[in-house]
Amino acid sequence: MWTWFYKLASPPHVYTAAAALAPWFLGLAAIGIGYGLVAGLVFAPPDYQQGDAFRIIYVHAPSAWMSLFAYTTMAVAGAIALIWRIKMGHAVAAASAPIGASFTLLALVTGSLWGRPMWGTYWAWDPRLTSELILLFLYAGVMSLRSAFEDPARGDRAAALLGVVGLVNVPIIHYSVLWWNSLHQGATVAKLGRPSMPGSMLWPLLSMLLGFMLFYGAVLCTRLQGEVLNRERQAKWVREAIQS
Amino acid sequence: MKRVVGELGVEKVHVWRGDRHVLKGVSLTLRPGEILHVSGPNGTGKTTLLRVVCGLLRPEQGRVSWLGKSIAAIRDEYQAALAYASHEPALKGDLTALENLRFSVGLKRRVAPAELRASLERTGVAACADLPVRVLSAGQRRRVALARVLAMAASLWLLDEPFTNLDAAGADLVSGLLQSHAAQGGLALVVAHHDLKLDCPVRRLELAA
Amino acid sequence: MKVGAWGAMILVVRRELCLSFRRPDQLLQPLVFFLIVTTLFPLGLTLQLSLLRDMAPGVLWVAALLSSLLSLDSLFKSDADDGTLEQLALCGQGLTVIVVAKTFAHWLVSGAALVLVSPVVATALGIPVGAFSIMMLSLGLGTLTLSWLGAIGAALTVGLRRGNVLLSLIVLPLAMPLLIFGAGATDRAISGVSPAGALYFLAALCVFTCTLAPFAATVALRITLE
Repeated sequence: MWTWFYKLASPPHVYTAAAALAPWFLGLAAIGIGYGLVAGLVFAPPDYQQGDAFRIIYVHAPSAWMSLFAYTTMAVAGAIALIWRIKMGHAVAAASAPIGASFTLLALVTGSLWGRPMWGTYWAWDPRLTSELILLFLYAGVMSLRSAFEDPARGDRAAALLGVVGLVNVPIIHYSVLWWNSLHQGATVAKLGRPSMPGSMLWPLLSMLLGFMLFYGAVLCTRLQGEVLNRERQAKWVREAIQS
Repeated sequence: MKRVVGELGVEKVHVWRGDRHVLKGVSLTLRPGEILHVSGPNGTGKTTLLRVVCGLLRPEQGRVSWLGKSIAAIRDEYQAALAYASHEPALKGDLTALENLRFSVGLKRRVAPAELRASLERTGVAACADLPVRVLSAGQRRRVALARVLAMAASLWLLDEPFTNLDAAGADLVSGLLQSHAAQGGLALVVAHHDLKLDCPVRRLELAA
Repeated sequence: MKVGAWGAMILVVRRELCLSFRRPDQLLQPLVFFLIVTTLFPLGLTLQLSLLRDMAPGVLWVAALLSSLLSLDSLFKSDADDGTLEQLALCGQGLTVIVVAKTFAHWLVSGAALVLVSPVVATALGIPVGAFSIMMLSLGLGTLTLSWLGAIGAALTVGLRRGNVLLSLIVLPLAMPLLIFGAGATDRAISGVSPAGALYFLAALCVFTCTLAPFAATVALRITLE
């Protein structure tokens, strides 16, 4: 049974799977984001408290979610690679890191833009914002560590360990609004019980979230192809694939 | 001295360093009383092989076994039974020779200072026992490192270029120590550029580029 | 006769302390740095003691963090440079024993020393004597946690060029919660409010880190030794 898994994780297989999945992910992402943007920016009713300013949630919330999702993916892939010595795990982690960092930056910037009308300030040192900023630093640390090693295999392993160590921050970010008196609003979707948002606002948000996730998948698959080719450049199948 | 029980097996070990295929399917076996001389041009992976056998470096393919079991499974037990002398003498400059020995050998087994002094005497550096290592010459440091290997009373000796910085008398000393180690049933893997001139039979593994 | 894990740990702690005290100047440098950095804040911000008092916990903690980072670089570096780290790794006791002993010894000469010097610095920053015990307790827990986070970072970056800069980059984000709660506890002690909440959190962070970090640091060191 394990041989099946190892075969699944073999570089040529990962390469062809990524190449096949990327266009599908991109297409579905376009649909999800397209619907989400139109329904959310145009058709959803304005918030009774914030008016139209709330609409930035359609970009802010999915990017924040994806920043956590990408980090978790990166950490888990790295852990799998470390424990079971599956090299493609390192490729997934390496491909995922810059995407996650970009999502984090997007979340911080859109959040900052939203903070101005909502709280009167571009930045506040509250638990959620601070821990999201820490997440950005963690991404930077992982990427710098990976590139600091001359031997790429050791760099991968070191970055994977750091990724796992930093995973502790992810639940802190998520639960910070629950555990501390935070300026940031509480969880509206990811909580037990019914979400505290009306349907006309909720569906576009969920669609954007799904769209962002599929977009992440598409970009990940594209980057993964490049990573696999780069890492396996000495292998026969790569040379044959390039020549064909 | 108790009868040495040990058998080292290296099966088809492959190691890549970045893009370089350093070790290409190296295999060897070593039994009590045998000395293996690993030789080859620069860059053929002699030190890498030694580090794989130590258990510091995990090979991408292949396995190293001690007494039939993979060393990854019995790592601590295995490393307690070996003594590794690297290319550098690996001594703390601020500690005396005796303290260096005490803090390394003392982690493997309880040993009295008198026994450590005896080891230093045997390698000809008894006078340096209470001097900080940083004032010793390169040759003296090498002898202190050898004394450490002796004092560990290990079954398996892994020596990387043990003749470096030693004069003719020093080289004879190393040869003598290897011979008596083998005579007592110990195993030794020696990486050296020159031939080993020993009275006992020495097997040879030549690594090619 | 074989040496047990405790005996090995004690021997390694003795080794580390022996080495540290043979170089007393290197021992004192982080402490002097701590004193100097805390001096920079009053000089750069305000010289009024009453205003300084409000900032004092934060200033103290940032200075402690930075001077701890300075000394963390030496945790594994000297052993890695002269090859003795490999000898320690091959002693047959398991790398975790070595890592725990080295980190603890390192904390004794850096973190614990910092805690002992902190009253001097605190007086210069205007922190009232009544808050000293909480301050020292929080610093003690904090520096211990930091030593462990630093051990992971040091194990990952030893042997890298500009490793000490990367070490700071890795350790500081992980140490931010520490700073928040440590400074928070001291701050509450100064204003007379119960610091219990922050202290409990600090203690929880400390226990969490001290339990899991040894394994992370061991894995990190193995990666470095390869």
